[in-house]
This record gives sequence, C-alpha cells and structure tokens, in this order.
Amino acid sequence: MTRPLVVDWTACRGRGLCADLLPELLTQDHWGFPENRSRGPILVPDELEGPARRAVRMCPALALRLDAELPGPR
Amino acid sequence: MTTTAMTPAQGLRMPPQGPRLFAARDPFLATHLDTYGTIPDVTPAQLLEQVRISGLTGRGGAGFPTAAKLETVTANAPAVVVANGAEGEPASRKDAELLRRAPHLVLDGIEVAARITGAGEAFAYLRPEVVPLVRQALAERSGLRITVVAAPDTFVSGQETAVVSALAGGPALPRFSRHRIFQRGVGGRATLVQNVETLAQLALIARYGGVWFASAGTPDSTGTFLATVHPVGQALTTAPAVWEVTHGLPLRQVLAGTAGRPPEELQAVLVGGYHGTWLPLPAALDAPLSRAGLEPYGAGLGAGVMIPLAKSACGLELTASIAGYLARESAKQCGPCQFGLPELAQNFAALAAGQVGRSGLDAVRRSTGLVEGRGVCRHPDGTARLIRSALRVFGDDVLLHQHGRCLARIGEPYGGVL
Ligand code: SF4
Ligand code: SF4
Repeated sequence: MTRPLVVDWTACRGRGLCADLLPELLTQDHWGFPENRSRGPILVPDELEGPARRAVRMCPALALRLDAELPGPR
Repeated sequence: MTTTAMTPAQGLRMPPQGPRLFAARDPFLATHLDTYGTIPDVTPAQLLEQVRISGLTGRGGAGFPTAAKLETVTANAPAVVVANGAEGEPASRKDAELLRRAPHLVLDGIEVAARITGAGEAFAYLRPEVVPLVRQALAERSGLRITVVAAPDTFVSGQETAVVSALAGGPALPRFSRHRIFQRGVGGRATLVQNVETLAQLALIARYGGVWFASAGTPDSTGTFLATVHPVGQALTTAPAVWEVTHGLPLRQVLAGTAGRPPEELQAVLVGGYHGTWLPLPAALDAPLSRAGLEPYGAGLGAGVMIPLAKSACGLELTASIAGYLARESAKQCGPCQFGLPELAQNFAALAAGQVGRSGLDAVRRSTGLVEGRGVCRHPDGTARLIRSALRVFGDDVLLHQHGRCLARIGEPYGGVL
C-alpha cells in the first residue's frame, strides 16, 4: 500500500528536515521547501513508512501528515 | 408566457420559454412569483432525485456534480448552507448580475438546498456591492433565516475553506484542515458551499424537474449557464456583458454577439477566467461550449468567463499582466505560492518582453512546475494552467519573442521577418 504524505503548506517553514529524513522521496526547492522527486502527490511506499512517520513526528512546524488513502474528489 | 390546461395547481406555473434565469423583467418578489410560480411541496428525497436527473454541476468553476455534493452533506447532517457569491475573479460579473436581476431565484435555491440537506441555518456570502440588493430582496420574504455576509474583495476569498474561515469570524483565507468542509465546516457542522448561480438553477429544478432542466444543453453539460464575455481590445476593467447561454452553443456565436469584432479577427480566447485556458482561434470557433466540446483543448468552462484577444494584440503580454495580478493575489500563506508565483510572473514577463532568449522558456517551465500542487488552495494550480495554455496556444509567438520579436507587431518597422 502507498500512503500520501500531505504537507500543510501554510505551516511549513521550509528548513528541509523532512528532505533529510526522506531523501528517497523528497528534495528541497531553492527556497528550502520540500519538493517531491516525482510529479503529483507525495506517495510513501510501505518500505518507507518508518522514515515517513519519523518525518511527521519530527517536523518542527507540525506541517506533515501521513494519510491512509488517496484524497477523494474535491 | 403560455399557461395551458396542464397547469396543475394554484401558484404553480409552466417553465418560462427562452431565458431561464433571466426570465423575469424586474428583481421584485411579485414579478418573480408571476414568472416562475411557487415551488411545489414535495419531499427532500424527491427534490434530490430531480437534481440527480438534472445533471446539474457547480457553476462556481470546479463543475462538481451538485447532487453528489448535496448527498454527502446530507449524510453528515446537521448541515449549514452557504450561497457563495464572493466572485473573487475580477473578470467575472455573472454572479453580481444574477443577484441584481434575479435575487429571489438565488434565495429560493438556498431554501431548496436547506430543505434537501435539512439545514436550519444559511448564509449568503457576497460581493459587497450586491449586499444591499440581497438585503432588499430578503425583506420582501419570510421563511428560512439567511445571514448576509460581505466577502472581502480578494481573488481567493471565495475558495471554500476561505469562506468557512470568514463565516467563523476569521480571515477570508484558505485553510488547511484534516476534514473536508462537507464533513466539518462552519461551526463544526457539515457545510454546503454552493455558487449562487448553481442555487438559482436548483430553484428552477425544484419547480420544473430534472427532465425539463436537461432538455436544454448537451448530455454531459445540461441546462444553461451564465457567461461573462469581455469586449475585444479594451481594458479588462471595461464592463463585460453577461449572457445566459445554452450549453453546446458554438463558441463563435457567443463571441459574435459581444466581442464587438467578427470572430475571424480574433487570435484566441481565454475561457474560464484568470485560472482558465487559452483556446486558439479561429481553430476553436466551432467548439461547442460544453465539457466534451472543450476537452480537446484541455479547457473547461470554469465560471463562464471569456476574454477574446484580437489578432493585433499580444497574448503573451496579456498573460504576463494577468500572471502579475495573480502573483499579487497570493494569500502568502504557503511558501511555494508566496515565492513561486512572483518568480513565475517575473519569468513570464521577461519572456513576453522578449528579453531573455531561449533560456526564458525553460525558466517559465521550471517555475510553473514549482508551484503546481504546492499550496492549500487551487490558486497556484489555476495560475499554472493559465501559463501552460499560453505557452501552448501562443507557441509561435514564444519562438518569436525569444528572438526579440512579436507576432502582434510583426508588421511594424522594427518587427519584420525572422
Ligand atoms: S520538516 Fe516540516 S517545516 Fe521543515 S521543510 Fe519539512 S514540512 Fe516544512
Ligand atoms: S496556495 Fe497561495 S493563495 Fe492559496 S492559501 Fe496558499 S498562499 Fe494563499
């Protein structure tokens, strides 16, 4: 199963901690905000769930959330 | 209007012939009732069934099926109904025009939505200039209590989470939330935020039924919609025309009536407003104004805004000025939008000014990718859509601009051939 990692962009302060903890999925843009390495939503595969949960716990701005499933229609 | 032997009961009327939303000759309650009659006394379930049959979709821009939205909110009752007439898109005038001409249809629609969802409370969240008109209309009627709230004049004040925040007494800014507003919105209750035109259409469906509603339009885009059509070659602040248009009508006909110039003299048209999509002309002149008709162009009707562009004007220049406006309208809450939109607008302006050579296009592409999907509201995505469609439709002009030339001024002395 893959879970979407959701960023609360209003809270994120762009210091890049999450990109350090999840280098497989994330990099930083030139302002420091996390950037998905592929297009679309940030999808976390099972084998990266541990590091993803760690990023969620450690984000200083509480800006990350690991969802159970893909978002439905708006 | 013709009344026939079929007229069923006191107060009920046959549907108007011709315009639907704009059938009444003045905005007063007596004329409204005289034109449309009363709403038949049927159950919420029957009303919802008619909405389902009608195929009505949201007229605020997103085009989501109204019946599905009503169902979700009803399932999470108790609910709150919000009529959204913030119309933050400055190129759009149709919501204000509807409220000026037919406020009682919108108020009826709020009551119908409240009946379906069992809501005991409703709000009308409106552009400040129409607030007095709606208050006046409310004074003419009794029934559901509707609280009128003025929306701030910003581009994002009508985004659903911004509406909920504003009605809770907070700033009219989009919010990040764990919950969807149709689960938990105003006061923690399930909230139906529906564009005022959608509600007016709902008021008609409640009277004449879903089959009647779908008798106009196309199978995938039923009924009529309100279009805001801008005159050609004038400032975007020039008063546009608002028309009630049947879905499926060829683009040519809408432009011929209002653009003020033969459609053949147009180069392109921006459909859907500042978050919309450029369509190439004359190629798209016969495109039907419907979901299926616009899909081949990667476009949708959005909130029905159309901005035609003359052959003698530069599409890149106009897009650059819109992008600059959109960048200034970022609510500056989300980093990638706050920093990314100005960067994108700047890169695009440089491209449009013919200052950057080949690297300019790459810079625009890169900064477009950096804003997409990276904000809590659709503002960055809508801006990216506009930019990508401009690069597509004005592709030849992009090439010329990279060499310091411009298609619109190619005949001028400094222009000339490449
Ligand atoms: S750790 Fe949190 S605040 Fe820092 S960049 Fe990542 S999401 Fe943003
Ligand atoms: S995405 Fe942009 S406009 Fe939307 S809330 Fe964030 S900063 Fe504001």
